[in-house]
Amino acid sequence: MPPVAPRSGDAIFANVERVNAELFTLTYGAIVRQLLTDLEEAEEVNKQLDQMGYNIGIRLIDEFLAKSNVSRCNDFRETTDVIAKVGFKMFLGVTASVTNWDADGTCCSIVLEDNPLVDFVELPDNCQGLYYCNILSGVIRGALDMVSMKTEVTWLRDVLRGDDVFELQLLSALQREQLDLEPDVIKRLSIVLHQVSSR
Amino acid sequence: MIGVGKIKQYSNVLDKPLTKGKQEVSLSAFAFLFSELVQYNQTQVDNIGELERRLEDAGYAVGARVLELLCHRDKGNRRETRLLNILSFVHSTVWKVLFGKVADSLEKGTEHEDEYMISEKELLVNKFISIPKDMGTFNCGAFVAGIVRVIALLCSVTVN
Repeated sequence: MPPVAPRSGDAIFANVERVNAELFTLTYGAIVRQLLTDLEEAEEVNKQLDQMGYNIGIRLIDEFLAKSNVSRCNDFRETTDVIAKVGFKMFLGVTASVTNWDADGTCCSIVLEDNPLVDFVELPDNCQGLYYCNILSGVIRGALDMVSMKTEVTWLRDVLRGDDVFELQLLSALQREQLDLEPDVIKRLSIVLHQVSSR
Repeated sequence: MIGVGKIKQYSNVLDKPLTKGKQEVSLSAFAFLFSELVQYNQTQVDNIGELERRLEDAGYAVGARVLELLCHRDKGNRRETRLLNILSFVHSTVWKVLFGKVADSLEKGTEHEDEYMISEKELLVNKFISIPKDMGTFNCGAFVAGIVRVIALLCSVTVN
């Protein structure tokens, strides 16, 4: 069987079941409001949102891999590209762009112009410390964690805080490179091991 | 992308033009989010009644906003004041916007004069939820009940 080509985000989004974005937006708003009432501190709410996002991310990656036919990404650039072009499109119906690469390719920014989470949202003065969309950074962190990539995700710009776009900074900490063995390398290795043990 | 320069700064969220509401997200995105809502609330309560009440609260928050939104967008800023009109507004317009279809049926109860039922065979929020045995009667539909209740409430009809 020939390898299946990765599908574009648009094609997947056109084929999955969809719901009205307003239901999604308002439900998310209800969650944030509940958290604010329960936890009181904006800092705590940020943490909880990030945790919820992480929980989602570790489950979401399964669906993502199953539907997108994306194979293993060779480097971090490819990974971020897939997140921005396929991931965001597939789940939220929006496209993001990747910019601001540093020299050694371990740090970049994902910029969102459209963000379905924030329709109808305005931050009151007493919530200035809140990262309203913190769940998104948790999702990305959780999903990448499941494919053996440790990342740190932080918000650099936020429309709700008066910036012109949403900017998420992804910092990759490539800790587990040793796991990144090509399949044929592993095959050869196991043959060698076999020979050694049968001697 | 065409979106260059699209985002304009508004000092106030109310100054923004109202969207047409045609934007969509994937069902799984919503399902993931909703399941987190349920799981989080599960950590906050001791019993099922409490959990349902909290979900209903969340529904309240959604319902109140949906009502505002739809009144502005679809009904030229008028609200229904008569019982049947409100119920059919919930049954058709609200359901259609939120869940993409009209609710299965709207019936009048036989036991009480003021009892009505809106029924729906496959509730969107229950789709991916399986209820463990020890939580027998729990129903995520409480979230939707909250949505419906507040709409009726704000139109001054009592719902049980």
